[in-house]
Amino acid sequence: MSDLPLSTKRKLGLVIDLDTCVGCHACVVACKGWNTENYGAPLSDIGAYGQAPAGTFLNRVHSYEISPPDAPTQTVHFPKSCLHCENAPCVTVCPTGASYKRSEDGIVLVDESACIGCGLCAWACPYGARELDAAEGVMKKCTLCVDRIYNENLPEIDRVPACVRTCPAGARHFGDLGDPDSDVSKLVAERGGMDLMPELDAAPTNKYLPPRPRDAAETSAAPVLEPVAAEAGGLLGWIDRALAAMPGA
Amino acid sequence: MNPFAKLLSLTRSPEPVVETSPRVSQEIRKTTCYMCACRCGINVHMKEGRVAYIEGNRDHPVNQGVLCAKGSAGIMQVNAPSRLRKPLKRVGPRGSNQFEEVSWEEALDLAVEWLEPVRQKHPEKLAFFTGRDQSQSFTSMWAQSFGTPNYAAHGGFCSVNMAAGGIYTMGGAFWEFGQPDWDHAKLFMLFGVAEDHDSNPIKIGLGKLKKRGAKVISVNPVRTGYNAVADDWVGITPGTDGLFILAIVHELLRAGRIDLDYLARYTNAPAIVIHAPGTDQHGRLLKDEDGHLLVVDRKTGELMRYDAAEVEPSLTATHTVNGHECQTVFRQLADKYLDEQYAPDAVAEACGVSPLRIRQIAAELARVAFEESFELDRPWTDFRGRRHDKMIGRPVSFHAMRGISAHANGFQTCRSLHLLQILLGTVEVPGGMRFKPPYPKPVAAHPKPHCKVTPGKPLDGPHLGFVRGPDDLALREDGTPARIDKAFSWENPMSAHGLMHMVISNAYAGDPYKVDTLFMYMANMSWNSSMNPGGVSAMLTDQNDDGTYVIPHVIYADAYASEMVAYADLVLPDTTYLERHDCISLLDRPIGEATGAADAIRWPVIEPDRDVRGFQSVLCDLGARLQLPGFVREDGSQLYADYADYIVNHERRPGVGPLAGFRGNGDSHGRGAPNPDQIQRYIDNGSFFITHIPAEAEYYKPWNAAYQDWAVDIGLYDAPQHYVFELYSEPMRLFQMAAEGYGERQPPDYLRERLKRVMSPLPIWYDTDDSDDDRYPIRALTQRPMAMYHSWGSQNAWLRQIHGENPLFVSQKIWDEHGFKDGDWARVKSPHGEISVPVALQAALNPYTVWTWNAIGKRQGAWALEQDAPESKRGFLLNHLIHELLPPKGDGLRWSNSDPITGQAAWFDLRVSIQKIGEQTHSLPQMPVLPSAVPNAPRDLKWQVGE
Repeated sequence: MSDLPLSTKRKLGLVIDLDTCVGCHACVVACKGWNTENYGAPLSDIGAYGQAPAGTFLNRVHSYEISPPDAPTQTVHFPKSCLHCENAPCVTVCPTGASYKRSEDGIVLVDESACIGCGLCAWACPYGARELDAAEGVMKKCTLCVDRIYNENLPEIDRVPACVRTCPAGARHFGDLGDPDSDVSKLVAERGGMDLMPELDAAPTNKYLPPRPRDAAETSAAPVLEPVAAEAGGLLGWIDRALAAMPGA
Repeated sequence: MNPFAKLLSLTRSPEPVVETSPRVSQEIRKTTCYMCACRCGINVHMKEGRVAYIEGNRDHPVNQGVLCAKGSAGIMQVNAPSRLRKPLKRVGPRGSNQFEEVSWEEALDLAVEWLEPVRQKHPEKLAFFTGRDQSQSFTSMWAQSFGTPNYAAHGGFCSVNMAAGGIYTMGGAFWEFGQPDWDHAKLFMLFGVAEDHDSNPIKIGLGKLKKRGAKVISVNPVRTGYNAVADDWVGITPGTDGLFILAIVHELLRAGRIDLDYLARYTNAPAIVIHAPGTDQHGRLLKDEDGHLLVVDRKTGELMRYDAAEVEPSLTATHTVNGHECQTVFRQLADKYLDEQYAPDAVAEACGVSPLRIRQIAAELARVAFEESFELDRPWTDFRGRRHDKMIGRPVSFHAMRGISAHANGFQTCRSLHLLQILLGTVEVPGGMRFKPPYPKPVAAHPKPHCKVTPGKPLDGPHLGFVRGPDDLALREDGTPARIDKAFSWENPMSAHGLMHMVISNAYAGDPYKVDTLFMYMANMSWNSSMNPGGVSAMLTDQNDDGTYVIPHVIYADAYASEMVAYADLVLPDTTYLERHDCISLLDRPIGEATGAADAIRWPVIEPDRDVRGFQSVLCDLGARLQLPGFVREDGSQLYADYADYIVNHERRPGVGPLAGFRGNGDSHGRGAPNPDQIQRYIDNGSFFITHIPAEAEYYKPWNAAYQDWAVDIGLYDAPQHYVFELYSEPMRLFQMAAEGYGERQPPDYLRERLKRVMSPLPIWYDTDDSDDDRYPIRALTQRPMAMYHSWGSQNAWLRQIHGENPLFVSQKIWDEHGFKDGDWARVKSPHGEISVPVALQAALNPYTVWTWNAIGKRQGAWALEQDAPESKRGFLLNHLIHELLPPKGDGLRWSNSDPITGQAAWFDLRVSIQKIGEQTHSLPQMPVLPSAVPNAPRDLKWQVGE
């Protein structure tokens, strides 16, 4: 069993805007690319060109339909990766201490050299956010691009997770959710950012911004246009008057 | 360490030390993406000469640093096992995918052996068509030099209605031609835009709108992708967008909520329509002797030139010509659309949108356009020489694409949308839609089509263009179509991009004539790029009685082992996009932004590890072997060593070449002598070039004197090209008049009624199904997913894990009526064929519609996928239900399944019936398994190129 830090200096995490996410999977593949080449073992693809390709992904987009009783059905795209929980059950369940939460910034990582691939952490994670790499036999998960966000070989502007840097719609935000004055904390406050399944008490750091209300009901009092004149001829007369009243006429 | 040993060594320090600053790469090479058609800038991170990681280029005007799933997966495209490796010569029967590898010398000798006699005797017997080609100004030049009239790219089966509808109406369209003013729009309405279209720019734009709280309305039968984040969704019935738009127009006119000043100044709404029934002038626009449009001046009541300095054009005046009272275009327009047939109540049922909804949307558009109007403090001078203190914003912007254009009424629907934009005064104004240089560009600045064939000589001019009337049609002396695809014929007079989907069918039928050699590039014409792929495959393999093929020779160039490779006699293997030179040219389909003219290059950031060559370089070689003018020096030697040599040294006009940047000594932009260091200068600049429009020229471009001067300055054209938007299309009226019997060039009788009906000079809507066949009540559509492009995605180990198969998505209504359950399959029938496919429920879908992802379905044995890959086992193409011809009408004629104006492939007119069947093992039809043209793929990937 591993212990969680009593507190972390910072709470780095993602804020994902479900109002803006178009479900394009850009974050999924940027993550796959960066983490195949970087932190730990490459993310493998078993049967890559075969009948049932099974690759390791640290971030996946799920799509759901929501059918309100009095409005058209909505499609919601829901990207999901490790939420870097404060009460991370994946850490406390780890028999080797390979899973741990950093006291410095709250990032939950797997020390691959200590991971025995037993899969307990994936079983304990309420969000299904860990994947066992079939080629390497170690547990893989979102590192919040710990090898980007402090990376002195990258320009400062690029020291964000790969998924955030690539998101075309700007639906992903990165920052310190422990700092109430950070941009991400303000965004969460403004837009009513939510925890995923708070009843599980995992206390996820990542937050989701809910979709704004959509599809005002047809019976609403939205105005319609009034005719400018009863007949077509009336329109022409109105045009003459309107044009004559314009500056420069 | 084995797991047990790890468990035993548990004396761990509290927290492992993580390397937080690993070296990212040894070098970044910046080039242009080609994972779809958007042409974003990419940073290719290199380790040990290999591609380690790809990300977006922050400095690039198209993607500003971001990158979509396809772009990031480029690393899996350049390692794809489906890459062709060497030229291939067919050894088995055509279609069997059996080849021998040959040298380039042998391959090119063979090509010359076939092409040389064709060129000397009858150049039209070469049909050269390129697919998702980004070098059309080059490939068309090659075809023109060869002398065949039979050249086009894929626009005819893609979205020519959108391009042509826009250019004929307002000298530009969406996407490559124009974009929303993302920074000022307050209401954005998008029609028929599929998930993958204009990928990163639209997503960046939507993100900006969302951040500012602007409203998004989407009109689309399917609510996915961009439509999923829209604030309001109109799940319209396919093919009725034009009717819906004209009902909005009706509402706006009825309420007088239109921009009168804009209409009077910048459109042909004040032009006088000649009323002279029974003459060849009826319906033409009144002009002076020099052909300038005339309008009635509101102050004096006198006729004046539309561009006179002092004119105040009247929208409502009448004018008497030869004793007949003539009205303005605006009066005709108002009369037409105020008719009750366009009232919301009259169209609601057909569109599947309630009358109240239509009225509310019209009111919302008007409110934002006029009540949220704003001004930019930016003085400018118009083409009449008048100074304006401010630019007036109309913050309503529209965007549309294939969903409205791939119907047989698509051209008129696109025109209807432009009519709506223009009535609101929201084109080329702040907050509206803005053109991207080299657009705006009126029809008058475009070439006309050319088709005059002389054996052994070049064609008499460019193949593709914009007809101004019947005189410009591409007809032979006997009046039959000059082109194999019948573009620019009476069947589809304004077919500005050709009809690639008709080439094989017409060549096979010998209608209008047979060809000798079919030469294609990057177009999967035996599969997802064709209607009726089974039929097309049979046409490609069918033999004459003497055992020769009906289409004698097929040459195909592609980088990958696609389904089309099997049908080639000779395969010319192309490079991947990271192994080649390219130019994204202002002569072609550039990457301009509304604020500047831009172009870009690709360069070989890696060298091919196979014996493959960039197709354009091969054309330089082949052109020299064939001694094509423009490809050889006077002594007959090869002029351009390769494509890069052409890019740098070719001049289309003196000082104007494929690339606008860094010309002359490197400091000249737009115009200037060839610069031998040009490509290096592009590479140093991130592989693109942009030059910005002066602030006072950023809006009102068609009428803005400063913009026109700037465009001439940088070589977009040689003299100012101001013009007014054509709400009333006189070229269309000329075709109508021909159908009425006027003019020397006359259509065949069987097309007269259709031409009279569809070539309405004011936009109309018509139902695309004029049959009485009610057996197929359901509409069926396709779109590409965001993470896939064309058929390329399935060979990509990462992307195919996102979209490895494609169910048929079924609406709630259809799902319930047929009692479908999860795991069910359906038999889907059309007048042309049937398929058996898995189904899935989608509630956010027009009730009468089914749809699927296109180009996921693969033929067994293609693309280096293993047998029974989900793409071929459960995946499928809807194409099997769509024929390139309409069902026979009993008149013996072959009626193409295309827009009768432009020839745009009418993919989305498909209607089907559906029947529940039990779970199946394979989707149907299954074409015979192909033996792979490339070695087997590796089983597993652990792709890490660095230590």
